[in-house]
Order: sequence, then structure tokens, then C-alpha cells
Amino acid sequence: MTVQEADLVKKKPKRSGMKVILNGIFRENPIFVLVLGTCPTLAVTVSAYNGLGMGLATTFVLVCSNLVISLLRKIVPEKVRIPIYVTVIAAFVSIVQMIMTAWLPELNEALGVYIPLIVVNCIILARAEAFASKNNAWHSTMDGLGMGIGFTLALVIMGSIRELIGLGTVFGMSVFGAAYPQAIFFVLPAGGFLTFGFLIGAFNAIMTMNTRRTNRRERERRSAATAACSACPAKLICESAQNGDGIAPEKEAIGEERSE
Amino acid sequence: MSTTTKQDLLSVGSSPHIHSQLKPAQLMGDVIIALFPVTGAAIYIYGWPAVWLIAVSVISAVLSEFVSNRLLRRKRETIGDLSAVVTGLLLALSVSPTVPIWAIIIGAMFAIVITKQLFGGMGHNFVNPALAGRAFMMASWPALMTTFRFVSGFVPAGATAVDAVTSATRLTQIAQHPHTPLENWQQFLLTSGGCLGEVSGAALILGAIWLLARRVIKLDTPLAYILSFVIFTFAFSPTGFFNAQGVHLIDELISGGLLLGAFYMVTDYTTSPMTTTGRLIFGAMCGLITVTIRRFGGYPEGVSYAILISNLFVPLIDRTIKPPSFATLKTRKQKGAENG
Repeated sequence: MTVQEADLVKKKPKRSGMKVILNGIFRENPIFVLVLGTCPTLAVTVSAYNGLGMGLATTFVLVCSNLVISLLRKIVPEKVRIPIYVTVIAAFVSIVQMIMTAWLPELNEALGVYIPLIVVNCIILARAEAFASKNNAWHSTMDGLGMGIGFTLALVIMGSIRELIGLGTVFGMSVFGAAYPQAIFFVLPAGGFLTFGFLIGAFNAIMTMNTRRTNRRERERRSAATAACSACPAKLICESAQNGDGIAPEKEAIGEERSE
Repeated sequence: MSTTTKQDLLSVGSSPHIHSQLKPAQLMGDVIIALFPVTGAAIYIYGWPAVWLIAVSVISAVLSEFVSNRLLRRKRETIGDLSAVVTGLLLALSVSPTVPIWAIIIGAMFAIVITKQLFGGMGHNFVNPALAGRAFMMASWPALMTTFRFVSGFVPAGATAVDAVTSATRLTQIAQHPHTPLENWQQFLLTSGGCLGEVSGAALILGAIWLLARRVIKLDTPLAYILSFVIFTFAFSPTGFFNAQGVHLIDELISGGLLLGAFYMVTDYTTSPMTTTGRLIFGAMCGLITVTIRRFGGYPEGVSYAILISNLFVPLIDRTIKPPSFATLKTRKQKGAENG
């Protein structure tokens, strides 16, 4: 067996912190792939600054709540876990709101009710339930960070696009000059839905392209490996062991379970 | 006709169907012919701005369809069915003559690409594309869409049939300055207020007669729309429930986009119900919403939003009101006779 074959056969991905973070940003981006937390996304992204503020606030809560819930995961009784999660999350949301009221009163004003509503944000609850309650503290923190960054990036991208087309500015700075006829549609809720749809489409296209490229590379690697082992006596056993693993189905990133 | 392929003939829904050789291009061609009088009237009143708006709107609608067909890798080229031309024309007719050219280009693109093509192309749009384009422009640049300045067209000086004042729309002044019957008649023939398609009720009716004669449209939806509009105008009269005082019915009927909407927009095949009963409900709904917006809403004119909102209910209407299944009606009647 060559070295390549060896890691083809027993390729068990060891989860590193970095991988968990990247997973949250790309493969399981909470906005574009999981489509969680749509309500604050649409409501808050009228400007890039608001998106950034909301994203960072949510990231803070996500990281802290994931950490605490992961630490508590062996003590929390199964039946009352959701109220306990919500209590933990609410504590951190209160901290965020107090900090915001003290230091960023304008942002707090702009985000309004959506800051307290982070308590019931489905991303945070979903990560607590699906990840933090099953993984160790380190991975949970990294998952919170990754999801938070993914959420923040999505919100900033969406806020920037809507602000750019709708008002001709990004982060309050004029891009097209004062003569730009502001297409207010994009700052209105309808424009939010439209931008959201287009962004999900673009994200899916990129992810599909990415999966295809990975698959092609995997296939090339595999064919190279097969060429090398044509002389090997254990060829048949090897092939049957390899059969059907490693290559992800195309479009997998789009989330097949969401389609009807 | 020679373009009828086997696939065309095979792509039908459930039975029974009578196959017609009529092509979308013929229907759309008739609609375009029907819109000639009002287009001519608009150009006569507003002059070159109207010419540019109409031309640019139609061209950008067709180009959008062409380019989006390429980008979406549609197998069949659809610009030949002329529906994009109709959309562009209707969009131009539903805006004010002072709208800048770039705005109508974006509006036409929105109408074709987002409302029509992204939802599956002709026959799959869920609202009227031209009205969606107009609503998009209205939401994006409300100031541009509602500012009307005087635009002198090709009207010879001293022509008496035309109002001297150009205003947003007659609708805003009806309450203060109700027209006399003679003025009403003149406005019906030719006026200089409002959007391109509002300049002549007579031209719109002329085109509608052509469409009816060619059997492109049926009278049920327009009639239901206008009838329900009349009833609700009286019902929500400014002086009280069903109090005829203060209602200037003729003024309300011939002003604004009511005639344009009633004959050319609610009759769109894709966005109106399948059954006659359904179409009557749909028309009545349009009338109710139009009156509601005109009387209580923030906008002076409610036709476009009324039609857009009602469009959204069409799938529900179609789901609720189904035609009786083939050959069951008679049986039921017979059963009734047997029972007693």
C-alpha cells in the first residue's frame, strides 16, 4: 500500500477547531445554507453598520452560550434542557443589551427589539441543541465562533448590498455621490427578500462549484491511486473497501433535506 | 403555424381539451393593436418624451427577455411571442411622462427578469409583470414617479379639447372640482393629466372593443371589476354609507388607470382565475381594493396595487372554485330529479 492509499482507506476526518469554524462560515452558513434567523436578517440589514452590530452581538451570545451549555451538558436534565438553554442565552443577551445601551446607544436604538429577540434566535437555540449539548467545550466555542462569523458576514454582505443600491452608501460613506437616485425599494422589506433570495442563489452556486471541484480532485487522486495499485495483489480488496466513500454527492452543500 | 412541433401538441394538462392553433404571438399581437389608439393619444398629448419612454420601455423589455433567456439557458426563444413587447408597452403606459429614461429601463428589466423569467417565464409569473415593474419603480423612486410637470406634446396651440393644466391625476381634484358632463366627455376623449395610458378613455375603450371582437379577452373580469368599483364607490361615499351625495361616479370611472387596468391588465391569462366564477370574484376583489385605496389610502390611485394584490389571490381562488369534473354535472341533476 502506498501512503496515498493508506489515507484513502482510513480517512477519518479529525475535527480541528479551525474546521469547525470554517464549517460555520461556509458549509453550514446559518443564513445562506441553514436559513435560520431569517427574521432579524431581513429586518436589520437596511444598512451595513446595523448588520455588523447585530452580527457581532449575536456572535458574542453564540460563543458564550455555546461554551456554557457545553460545560453544563452532563448536568442538565433532558426534560428541562430548553428552558435552561434559554435562561443561559437570555443572561448573555442581557449583558449585550446593557453594554450596547451604555456604549452604543444609537446602534441599540437602530436595532430596537431585535437585540432582546436574540434570546429566541433560532441559530443560537439550534446550535445549543444540535451542537453544544453534544460536543466538548472547545469545539462548541469554535462552533459558536464560526456560526457567529458566518452570520455576521452574511448580515454585512446583505446590509452592504441593500445600503449600496438603496441609498448609494456603504457603512454610511457615499459611494456613488450625491446625484445617485436612491432606489428605496432595496431598503424596504420587499427589497430585503429580493436581496436575500439572490444571495442564497449566489451562495449555492459558489458552493456547488466548490463541491464539484473537490469531487474532481478526489476522482483524479483516486484514479492516480488506482493506476499505482494495478500491480498490487491486494487490489480487489482495496477497491471494494473504497467503493462509495469519500466522494460527496454533488449539490450536497445546498441542503437536500430542504427541497420538497 | 408551421412551428407547431409534436411537443407543443403533447404538452397538455388533464382532459378534456380542445386544441387551438392560436399562438401566443397572435393574442399578443392583438393586444398590441388594441393599444395603438391609446399609445397614439399619449404621443399626441405628451410628444417626444412619450415616444422615447414607450420605445425604450419596449426595447429594454425585449432585450431583458432575450438576455435572461440566454443566462437561464432556456431552450426555447420566447421573444417571438411578443409578450415582452406587451409588458414593455403596458409599463410605459402606466407611468408619468416625466419619468427619466434610465428609470423605465430598470423598471422594464425588473418586470421581465424578476417577475416573469425567474418564476419560469411566460405563463408562470404570479403577478402582472408590467404592474410589478411599476410597483418597483414606485417603491424605489416615489418622487420621480409622482412628480408631473407640464409636458407639451404635439397638440396644436389653441386646441380646445385638451385641458390646459397638467396635474398628477384628476383623482386628486375630483372632490374640489367635480367636472360638468361636458368636461367629463372632453376628458374621456382626450385629456392631458396623469400617466401615458390615462390620456384617453375613448381610445382605451376602442382597443377593448377590438380585443372583445377578436375574442382575446372576455368581458367577465372587466365587468365584475367596474361593477364592484361602482358599488363600492357608492358604499364608501365620503358622505356616508351608500350616500350618493359627494360621489362623482363618472369622474371616478374615467380618471386614473381604471379603464387601462380593467381591460388590459386584469384580463391577463396567467394572472387571472380559470373559471368564470373565479374571474368574477377576482374582478370584484380588484374593485373593492381600488376603492379602498382611493378613498382611504395614502395614494390617490389604487388600480395597480389593487390588481397586484388580487393577483396574489388567484391561486387560492382557483383552488377553491373548481370547474365540475367532465360529465358529472348531468348525473348530479339526474340524481336531483330522481330524489324528488
